[in-house]
Amino acid sequence: MAEELIPRSGPPADRDSAAISVRDLRVRYGDREILHGINFDAPAGQTLVILGGSGSGKSTLLRTLVGLENPSGGSIWIHGKDFACMPESARDELRKKMGMSFQSGALFGSMTVAENVALPLREHTQLDESTIDIMVRLKLNQVGLSGFENYMPAQLSGGMKKRAAIARALAMDPEILFFDEPSAGLDPIIAAGIDDLILKLKQAFHITILVVTHELASAFLIADRMILLIKGQIVANGTPAELQASDQPRVRQFLDRVPEKELTAEIDYLQMLTGEIPPERQ
Amino acid sequence: MPFTQEIGEATIDSLAYVGQLIHLTAGAARAVFIDPFRGRKVRYGRAIHQAMTVGVQAIPVVSLISFFVGLILALQAAYELRRLGALHLVAGTVALSMTRELGPLMTAVVVIGRSGSAFAAEIGTMKVNEEIDALETMALEPVHFLVAPKLVAMLLMMPCLTTWSDFMGVVGGGVFGVMSAGFTWHTYFQATIEAMVRRDIFIGLVKSVMFAVVITAVGCQEGFTTGLGSEQVGKSTTAAVVKSIFLCIVMDLVFTSIFYITAPR
Repeated sequence: MAEELIPRSGPPADRDSAAISVRDLRVRYGDREILHGINFDAPAGQTLVILGGSGSGKSTLLRTLVGLENPSGGSIWIHGKDFACMPESARDELRKKMGMSFQSGALFGSMTVAENVALPLREHTQLDESTIDIMVRLKLNQVGLSGFENYMPAQLSGGMKKRAAIARALAMDPEILFFDEPSAGLDPIIAAGIDDLILKLKQAFHITILVVTHELASAFLIADRMILLIKGQIVANGTPAELQASDQPRVRQFLDRVPEKELTAEIDYLQMLTGEIPPERQ
Repeated sequence: MPFTQEIGEATIDSLAYVGQLIHLTAGAARAVFIDPFRGRKVRYGRAIHQAMTVGVQAIPVVSLISFFVGLILALQAAYELRRLGALHLVAGTVALSMTRELGPLMTAVVVIGRSGSAFAAEIGTMKVNEEIDALETMALEPVHFLVAPKLVAMLLMMPCLTTWSDFMGVVGGGVFGVMSAGFTWHTYFQATIEAMVRRDIFIGLVKSVMFAVVITAVGCQEGFTTGLGSEQVGKSTTAAVVKSIFLCIVMDLVFTSIFYITAPR
């Protein structure tokens, strides 16, 4: 788990136009720093896609933004409030205005789809059961799962689980939605359906959406802005067109899907496997 | 690493683990006894469901085991008592052994195997599937949501199961008493009641409550600290059973010592 945050003195100047502002964010696991001073803004009502390869730190970044990890430095401003420095009770109040869809869905296996979607409403509101039932049906209809209220998560396909998870994330009518690899493990048609759903949610409800993914086709389809993370640092930040036009070597390598240079020498393999510089090269 | 250093590190790790258990138990106890007065109710429906699983469904196996243990106790006691011409003390021996010690302990072992392991497996699987993370992102405290209903169920069911275990143990001993020690069922139960005082039953019930807390805390703590992958869920489940049994024995020793020291002369 990361160490406790040292708070900054005040919110960034442009916080009014951004739903989320991140300044000099650092996250460590023990002695190892995963995120090295991340800075970006997520504009309100737009979709920000966080791109990056495996091990780039994008999942750590997402977990930190929703409060599952504590940063070791920097700040996270959500709707003008320093999220990382809040007491847990205040964070919970802010979390009620956010929704998150996990990569595997993270549906509760002992509950039906309807019970999963109803859970935040039952726990955080005073609504009666009939009203909750109506809202659940509405949310499931929005994601195309009408009629599946009484299904258990184990009875659903991968795409349906993701849709059910999105319905649960929408239950409290959030202002900010987080998606962790929404298309991962899905066939192209189902993935396209999820992309379409994300676009419709933004257009219909003007929700601020943050998506972590490495699927380029989905990213360029849904994004208003994109950031590219490589080894815990942002190497590109802009619109999809700006990234596509970038001539930075690391950006081009990622977008053009160029593999790492093939290792031909044994000493290169040794260095890759151990992570240490061999004595011959020191 | 020097042997003394290993002992030192193991001791520190053990104390840290006990500290984690106390922290978890305190959070669950707050959720059960304080939060309802602040408008945050426990999931009583879930607690009742857990009580059915922990308690009602354990009755058959607790009944059989306690019956056999009572019968074994009677046989072992009679083996010595008949040489002393004191076979009539079999009923009291079985009753005191069951109510003070074996009833609570055998019940705890059964519940550890059935429910303590299930708690660890359930929460461990939820951890692996990111369901615990999902609870936190929905502003639902995992201890309040998952542990509190289990604690309520265990605190209700363990004393009930223990009492039932005591009774079945007495019945088991009674089978020997009626068949081989010259008792009738009436005289056997009368001898049983005469041998016991309220304190004997009280001791057993206090132990059952403490065992309930230990089993819940260890099972849930092992679940929350499960590593990634299905293999880790298996390891957590095994650790929950082993640690629960060990800590229940330790608690048994502590409370038996306390009751011995505070016993009227």
